[in-house]
Amino acid sequence: MMGITKSFSDLVANDNIDFVVEKGEIHGLLGENGAGKTVLMSTLYGLHKPDKGRILIDGEEVAMESPAVAIKHGVGMVHQHFMLLPSFTVSENIILGNEPIKNRVLIDRDEAHEKVENLSRKYSLEVDPDATIDTIPVGVQQRVEILKALYRGAEILILDEPTAILTPQEVDTLLKALTELKTQGKTIILISHKLKEVLKICDRITVLKKGKRVGTVNAEETSLPQLARMMVDRQLTKTFEKKPFEDKENILGIKTLQVDEERGLPAIRELSLIVHSHEILGIAGVEGNGQSELVEALMGLRKIKSGEILLKSKKITNLSTKKRIREGISHVPEDRIKRGLIVDFSVMENLILGSQGDKPFSRNGLTIDYQATAKFSDEMIKSYSISTTDRNSLARNLSGGTQQRVVIAREFSRDPKLIIAYQPSRGLDIGATEFVRSKLVEARDRGCAVLLISADLDEIRSLSDRIAVMYEGRIVAERTPAETNEEDLGLLMTGGKT
Amino acid sequence: MTDSNSGDKEKSWPLRTLKSALLRIIPQILAITAAFLVGAIILIVTGYSPIDVYAAMLQGAFGDEYGIGQTLTQATPIIFTALAFLFAFKCGLFNIGAEGQFLMGGFAAAIVGISFSELPAPIHILLAILAGALAGGLWGLLPGYLKVKFGAHEVITTMMFTYIATYLTSYMVNYPFKAPGWVAQTVPIADSAQLPRILPPTQLSASILVAVALAGATYYILQKTTLGYEVRASGLNQSAAENGGINVKKTIILAFILSGVLAGVGGAGEILGVHYRFIQGFSPGYGFDGLAVALVGGLNPLGTILAAILFGALRSGSMLMTRVTHVPSDIVVIIQALVIIFVAAPRLIRYLVGRRSKT
Amino acid sequence: MNILDIINVGLFAAAIRMATPVALAALGGVFSERVGVVNVGLEGMMLMGAFSGVYVSYITSNPWLGVFGAIIVGGLLGLIHAFLSVTLRGNQIVSGTGLNILALGFTAYGSEVIWGSRGASANVTSIDIIKLPILGDIPIIGDIIGSASPLVYLMIIIIILTQILLFKTPIGLRLRAVGEHPAAADTAGVNVLRMKYMGIIVSGMLAGLGGVFLSLGNLGLFSYGMTGGRGFIALAAMIFGGWTPLGAFGASLLFGFTDALQMRLQSLGILPPQIILMLPYIITVIVLAGVVRKTKPPSDYKPYEKD
Repeated sequence: MMGITKSFSDLVANDNIDFVVEKGEIHGLLGENGAGKTVLMSTLYGLHKPDKGRILIDGEEVAMESPAVAIKHGVGMVHQHFMLLPSFTVSENIILGNEPIKNRVLIDRDEAHEKVENLSRKYSLEVDPDATIDTIPVGVQQRVEILKALYRGAEILILDEPTAILTPQEVDTLLKALTELKTQGKTIILISHKLKEVLKICDRITVLKKGKRVGTVNAEETSLPQLARMMVDRQLTKTFEKKPFEDKENILGIKTLQVDEERGLPAIRELSLIVHSHEILGIAGVEGNGQSELVEALMGLRKIKSGEILLKSKKITNLSTKKRIREGISHVPEDRIKRGLIVDFSVMENLILGSQGDKPFSRNGLTIDYQATAKFSDEMIKSYSISTTDRNSLARNLSGGTQQRVVIAREFSRDPKLIIAYQPSRGLDIGATEFVRSKLVEARDRGCAVLLISADLDEIRSLSDRIAVMYEGRIVAERTPAETNEEDLGLLMTGGKT
Repeated sequence: MTDSNSGDKEKSWPLRTLKSALLRIIPQILAITAAFLVGAIILIVTGYSPIDVYAAMLQGAFGDEYGIGQTLTQATPIIFTALAFLFAFKCGLFNIGAEGQFLMGGFAAAIVGISFSELPAPIHILLAILAGALAGGLWGLLPGYLKVKFGAHEVITTMMFTYIATYLTSYMVNYPFKAPGWVAQTVPIADSAQLPRILPPTQLSASILVAVALAGATYYILQKTTLGYEVRASGLNQSAAENGGINVKKTIILAFILSGVLAGVGGAGEILGVHYRFIQGFSPGYGFDGLAVALVGGLNPLGTILAAILFGALRSGSMLMTRVTHVPSDIVVIIQALVIIFVAAPRLIRYLVGRRSKT
Repeated sequence: MNILDIINVGLFAAAIRMATPVALAALGGVFSERVGVVNVGLEGMMLMGAFSGVYVSYITSNPWLGVFGAIIVGGLLGLIHAFLSVTLRGNQIVSGTGLNILALGFTAYGSEVIWGSRGASANVTSIDIIKLPILGDIPIIGDIIGSASPLVYLMIIIIILTQILLFKTPIGLRLRAVGEHPAAADTAGVNVLRMKYMGIIVSGMLAGLGGVFLSLGNLGLFSYGMTGGRGFIALAAMIFGGWTPLGAFGASLLFGFTDALQMRLQSLGILPPQIILMLPYIITVIVLAGVVRKTKPPSDYKPYEKD
């Protein structure tokens, strides 16, 4: 790819990037969130048309008009957010667009089944062709995505942040599979922001920073610190000084909680947990083991089957969400656009969400006092450095990091007793991530109890005073950061130890 | 707005707000123009002269005091039903059953107007309007409850309830409450229940004052109260609203009830101010006009009043138009529908412009 | 008068007859929603189909050309709905409602211009009932299904064909994929835009066919608003039937039965007509309330944005 430039509105995502990949190598594309890696590869896969630049495959220039064209030239892409149809089977997902036919009009399901099994065996990617996507685990779904690309004859495989949602053990399995693909002659481009993995498996690494190409190095000749320096202007991880506290009291008590999910199957089984004041309790676990149900149960958004929830010894099990907020629980939700903010509301209106009927924003519970809300908004904008010129501008116009600041300003300014933070730094750049984490530690130091749920093990390990591992709806272990390491947590997260 | 050296800014500030207001209604104006253009094409194809037809319409609607009065009279019920649609829409709901709520409100008001004839006028009128509000609110509550409890999509249920209301009221005025004679109607309401006419000899009644007052109330509720905040939040993002402690289910029910109340009061106003009795078929589809008017009015109460006057003009002008040019009055319905379609396509302008620049 | 005056073979035959327009429209709804677009404009597409069929039959004296015309007009309205909802990403419900009102006004206007009355058109050549050779002679079954309008048999064939199409052919797989996860279909190389347009245009064509059955296949004339909410009942049938052709057909039979029952009761004069006329709508509401939670729609109906 030569001289690729691509802009969205006034954001230059790719700025004159040259990117060369050799046949049969595993090439890492490294950069932090927002550096432009996914945009560049989406262009290669025909999902975007570049404003400037050319793409050459095997020396020939190709106009990548659409994924269909990319597929024809042997390019396959496994996206970060899977492109799979939940109610369709593995087989159907793989053959979609390229279905084997019998009798001129009907789909030949037997042939499809056979083809999928052959592919699965050839590349050691085990799948059950007849299972529907919504019943198989994430690691297997990823295999289906890779098989999709291989089914269409991909010689060049692009994988976008493939390890983001995997446990350490699943990551090993994947990396082994990629090595196998390499021996079979495939070319692999690995997009990641995880230095260690990229260094481990890639032959060469290209680093992007803020839309520009910083450089390309051989994996053998470089080091972690050098790559980190190329990726960011400053240090990646900042360690947080956590002052020790005595006299901690129990803030959150969960007793033998049982919660079912939509289909009536148990999502949380007999879960008990205590979170103290002046403490960050980090819950580690693969997504889908009951974390979202736990958060919803704690916030009163989901009915529980049995058990008790106590806030400072007061039973809140049957309280509404509004009452729980008033009792002192704050929540930084997992998806700020879906659950945290109302993007078509102004910054000011978002800042009072949850307290709109309380003083000082409402004097009688019926009408809203906009003078008071305006004053409050200006204060928040200042103290949380929310980068906006006007409190009336819509939340949808803010950057991801700024949006998260609004959420945090709103939730933390209530001076809560308990903060539930669910994936608080997902999708944020370095600056915003640091802000979020420092605010969490600040709250902890002030006396708050913080329940941190995150898929980022680094985040869990650097912030938590205690770590609890969640697997299949239960807490299977509790550790302090000193007592454990990545491998230990990884095994616990996948039920490897009891 | 807070800087001190705003000498220059002060001068251009009213101009700027005027400019931004004009910019905001450009899509609506373009939609209306486009609708009239397509209407003109249909007229030409079927052998009528658009100029004659539109001129007659304009003359009938605004030509003299009687015309203006009738235009406002026709606009009045549409303001109510548009507000009903608007309020529900702000909560993310599609109440297309305003017609049914309008009918039920009118009927309830008629019954109260006929009974209680010993009451003094202001109280009687108030009671009748209240009855209309209750009936309309109930007719809005039913689909609202079905949606919240069972997930039944309100587009279908509100439509069904409109048919049910049509047949129910039809039954009422053909059997139990039928007045002697051939016409399917009730006996007249008592004099004390009549809303005063404010522009004789037109049919314009105090109902329009109620309409404008309710438009103001709708604006106030939506923008200045916690209920309005919760309605808008639930409409824009249910998930975030719930996370913020808002009881979305309760809010949806309230929105449906208030929506029904607005339409119901409209029906009451029409009976108490114009017809003085419930007549089968007294609504030529005011409920459905409301949808178009709400959209054209940009989904805000002030715009609704202006758009209602436009649609009222279409209706009142159509009578003279048909008399003079013999064009079927349904051309008005066609134009209304075209307005809805063109308003529902906000990017049409950008699309057309974009296409031309690509060549 | 006994129960057999109401419940007899004629009732079941009538049920199938009344189910046909709803089934076709419901099938139209299935196609549209399966590609991810809500189509509340079924009512208007049916009405325009009913009107166009009568008009074409009026000027050509050939009812089959009328049927053809109805299908074309329905497809045209589908095209408009597709353009508004997919390309312009407008609000699908507003677009559909606009089309409904347009159909109501246009057909009334046209009726008045052509025949001088917006209430009813002139009688036109309609489609004759045919009798199936062997099936028509079997005692009870023959009376129910052995002889009917050819459009009824056409409906049954279409239901079977579309069931196979949607679930056993590549096109069906792609159509359903486009509605369930347009991005996934796009990255698999499926032309999302074309599939959506196709689904919605077919939706209009089927609704038009359903509508023309009401006019040409039944009465031989067009009358104001003759679809009477069937387009909405079809949506309920589609939901009740789990968004499949066979399911929509089954649910439509239920509604057809209610419709036939209501007509029979009316003719017997036991209750005032208005009360009986309310029945189908009340039943629709009850069905909708009882069924919706348990079924999952095939799409989230959000417009698909690429860049």
